[in-house]
Amino acid sequence: MDTVLAVDDLSVRFASPEGEVAAVDGVSLAIAAGETLGVVGESGSGKSQLFLAIMGLLAANGRAQGRVRYRGRDILGLEPGALNAIRGGRIAMVFQDPMTSLNPYLRVSRQLSEVLVVHEGLSESQARRQALEMLDRVRIPDARRRFDLYPHEFSGGMRQRVMIAMALLCRPDLLICDEPTTALDVTVQAQILDLLADIRRDFRTAIALVSHDFGVIARLADRVMVMYAGRAVELADSQAIFDTPRHPYTRALLTSLPRTEPSDTPELPTIPGYPPNLQRLPPGCAFAPRCRQAEESCRATVPLLIPLGPGRSAACLKVSAA
Amino acid sequence: MTADPLLSVRGLRVQFALRGATLFAPPRQLAAVDDVSFELQAGETLGIVGESGCGKSTLGRALLRLLPATAGQIVWLGRDLMPLAEPAVRPLRRDFQIIFQDPLAALDPRMTVGDIVAEPLVTFEPGLPPSEVRSRVRDMLGKVGLSPEMLNRYPHEFSGGQCQRIGIARAMILRPRLIVCDEPASALDVSIQAQIINLLAALQREFGLALIFISHNLAVVRHLSHRVMVLYLGRVVEIAPRSRLFAAPRHPYTQALLAAAPSPDPRRERTKPRLSLSGDPPSPLDPPSGCAFRTRCRWASEICAQEHPTLRDDGDERAWQVACHHWEEIRSP
Repeated sequence: MDTVLAVDDLSVRFASPEGEVAAVDGVSLAIAAGETLGVVGESGSGKSQLFLAIMGLLAANGRAQGRVRYRGRDILGLEPGALNAIRGGRIAMVFQDPMTSLNPYLRVSRQLSEVLVVHEGLSESQARRQALEMLDRVRIPDARRRFDLYPHEFSGGMRQRVMIAMALLCRPDLLICDEPTTALDVTVQAQILDLLADIRRDFRTAIALVSHDFGVIARLADRVMVMYAGRAVELADSQAIFDTPRHPYTRALLTSLPRTEPSDTPELPTIPGYPPNLQRLPPGCAFAPRCRQAEESCRATVPLLIPLGPGRSAACLKVSAA
Repeated sequence: MTADPLLSVRGLRVQFALRGATLFAPPRQLAAVDDVSFELQAGETLGIVGESGCGKSTLGRALLRLLPATAGQIVWLGRDLMPLAEPAVRPLRRDFQIIFQDPLAALDPRMTVGDIVAEPLVTFEPGLPPSEVRSRVRDMLGKVGLSPEMLNRYPHEFSGGQCQRIGIARAMILRPRLIVCDEPASALDVSIQAQIINLLAALQREFGLALIFISHNLAVVRHLSHRVMVLYLGRVVEIAPRSRLFAAPRHPYTQALLAAAPSPDPRRERTKPRLSLSGDPPSPLDPPSGCAFRTRCRWASEICAQEHPTLRDDGDERAWQVACHHWEEIRSP
């Protein structure tokens, strides 16, 4: 396996007036070239902080611990200069809201070519030429005419294409997409997901796709990691997650989704209660208070990820017993 | 169903005047909702779907006279609301309420939950003794799944899902006959969405409530609606009973919309036919001539640029209506 990113036992803690909060707790994962890992979870599950930590982009009160290796090289805690040589170039990131990630005062052409000048040392004219090619590549219609426009002159979908073009300029081998289509309409979302699938095929880019939307994950991910309250609770091949979810949380989430295909259940199965407050996590399994299968032991012991077969694991006491 | 409709909308148009392109240019007109007609029966749910800018939220607000409509009729229980001045509409408002997408933003942060829920009741029935108000508020909080002990707490102490329940309690306290739900579950976590959807369905069953359910989420709309209306650039392109629309959509835009919605099933996602639309919806400031969808439609022909397609049906208006010059030819995608 051609591993691009390997994360071992990564934890992220934030200092807060009410004490320390563990946003991510002991997460391990690996992504190979050409592979897409889907990371799914609800708000507060730690899915975004996990990748911000990997990129060294945590807020000032955040601290990451553990090991992050990019192509075998430790990158966690690297000083900014060394890190900048990698991120934006070898590892690129696409965020949810393209408008806040683009500089509103600079023409798109300038923002794109700057990346190539900084990372690849190209001349201004070379950089402009390659940047324009990339805009074409991400299927911005009429790219030549739009090249020198400002971000506000693009639609939301096209801005996200610009962000993806920018991320791809240096041919990264790892692309981290955090809710890349959440702000977009469904027809535009379909276009962006198609584009990401093409990129993966053409460049063998490893993709980490962070999303709350199981539909988006199903469309693109080869493997899926489900997160709850900062921990990975299940990891499996995409098809297996959807066909035979093992963790009670994954199972409950999937059955609570309304579907577009016929299924005339008048009432949706629900998960009782609300996602936990990270500052007041219960002892034991964080999902136990909402879990219909929880027993006394679940409230006492934090379950570890237990292998259940090739590439498959779940963190649940009830699953290991089965 | 031949009962008199609760709500009957005819040729509704909502137009906004925008500043001209230059200082002295005349203002430009933007039709956010254009020639929309439909009927809603008591106890029925009409889903309204469409992409951002299609006019679905504007339509929802215009129906309740929260925004002024430019033309058309809004007939509520046999009475046209359009010519009425606001003082004449106000007493009718107790029968139609609205809930919004961002539950926290819709609640006054300085009011207690009890006061928020009681406010409509106190406004419409000022003579009600405080003990009766309190008991009705407690009762309604129970119905939306909140404990009466929460009465004296403030909105910021609640999660998004709980705030949406408070918003629903406030909308329900007057026992309205219609609630317009504008993306009520979209800002909520997946595990909470199902709770809110079930709550709305249960309240509908218990009180015979009619719902207008506005959402971009097709799966949620499919789950809750009896009929579904699809909007594109302010116009109705298709309106049909839920099961028909989802089984065999007739309008090419509806077809593309359904195909684009990702479903949580990798096998299906990887094998289903792609009907990807190219480009973005056109600007409502400068809509294409004829059919607004023609610039993204692979079936578009000359007539689509010349003539605006009207909503046509098979003889039964409630059965199926579609606005496309070519739908008979493209029945199976």
